[in-house]
Amino acid sequence: MIGAAIGSLVMMGGVSVVSRRLRLSGDTAIGLLFVGMLALGVMITSRSRTFVGDLSRILFGEILGVSIGDIALQLGALAIVTVIAFLARRPFLLLCVDEGLTNTSGFSSRLFHNLLLMIVAITVIASFQTVGTLLVLGMLVAPAATGALFARRISTMILIASVVGAISTYIGLLISYHFDLAAGASIVLSAVLVFAICASFSEMRKAVRENDANEHEHAHEHQHSHPGSHFR
Amino acid sequence: MSAKTQISLATDKLAVGYSRHPVVEDVNLRLNAGELLVLIGANGSGKSTILKTMAGLIQPISGDIEMLGASVGSMPKRVAYLPQHPISTHTLPLRVRDVVAMGRFAHLGLFKNPSTIDKKIVETSMRSTGIDAQADNPIRDLSGGQQQRTHLAQALARQAEVLLLDEPTAGLDINGRKLVADLIAEERSRGVTVVLATHELKDADTADTVMLLAQRVVSIGPPEVALRDEYLRECFGFTQPH
Repeated sequence: MIGAAIGSLVMMGGVSVVSRRLRLSGDTAIGLLFVGMLALGVMITSRSRTFVGDLSRILFGEILGVSIGDIALQLGALAIVTVIAFLARRPFLLLCVDEGLTNTSGFSSRLFHNLLLMIVAITVIASFQTVGTLLVLGMLVAPAATGALFARRISTMILIASVVGAISTYIGLLISYHFDLAAGASIVLSAVLVFAICASFSEMRKAVRENDANEHEHAHEHQHSHPGSHFR
Repeated sequence: MSAKTQISLATDKLAVGYSRHPVVEDVNLRLNAGELLVLIGANGSGKSTILKTMAGLIQPISGDIEMLGASVGSMPKRVAYLPQHPISTHTLPLRVRDVVAMGRFAHLGLFKNPSTIDKKIVETSMRSTGIDAQADNPIRDLSGGQQQRTHLAQALARQAEVLLLDEPTAGLDINGRKLVADLIAEERSRGVTVVLATHELKDADTADTVMLLAQRVVSIGPPEVALRDEYLRECFGFTQPH
């Protein structure tokens, strides 16, 4: 856990330096450093005698071995992340629109960017026991992306993401139990499948709406171009 | 609101740029409350760099700059800045109303709840830029021009004493351009000082001061002086039709 915290701090600093100094996007910086830190972790683990078992646990987690202490730790992390996200909701929102706007609104973009990275790091550290480092990204992105498909407000998106995360975990555990598959991977795959199903539904709904709008427009044009046509 | 005669913005031998490399040097200005300064120049001429320095986003390389009697960047409630290309995130579901309400964050800080007055200011700002009909629609579903109107409404919602606008008419149609011109006139009548960066010579018609830029100050003064043919030719390589 201490190692994970140190690793996260190094990652946070690295993301900050890469994105600010080298003017690369935050996503590029995170992707680059995530792969680098993961490779470092694998290199360190490869010195261990139980390399394969350790590697599997680090990459894919061990949800079935989670203790009451781990759950308490996760609840603590959830509380910290929720409080920070609520208190800093305004600068976080501004950061999403424009960094300059954050600064000219009286908030330090550097401070709140680092705070944002910190709560992501807390989430990763807390989740890594459950789904592992490799799959934690999937759980960070898939439920939130599903929420973004339907929500018109950030609060609704957070609510949908939380529900999707919980449902995916339940479905994943059921699949893992009945088909004797890896639990962490089943959870993440469920979350991604829920996203895929919702995205397809969203696209179909959009297509139907566009079709309806086009038909309505054509009917309107037809009526205007042949005003007396229905008397003929 | 400040008195008409109060100096809103003053610079003295100001040099602006990035990483110690000056883009424009020797900027000397003095703007009173309610005045309009128009920065005109081609791409890369230094307009945005000057505006960012005024907003306190980049440090001046040398010289002095003072806004509303204090250092730049120290009064977020009194100065509003509209960046050239505000990034409208297409991932987050932000409604137009939410984006405009961000204009009040400088007044609300981290903890204060928006009052009825704050909400009214947001509604008024959306109405004045003509985006109120889209208030509850996600900004990601809007056209570029509508997004620009949203960001302009956000800047107005700050109810600042100085407005720094970086190409606010970008992506707007002719009606949108007229609306921006009317809004600027209205803000000035309330004593708001406006600094406008633009490519459009027409935007300088009502300016008190025009600064023509080409990685240096080509000319500065009232429009009839700063936009003389010889300066325009020097700046753009052509003159405006007479």
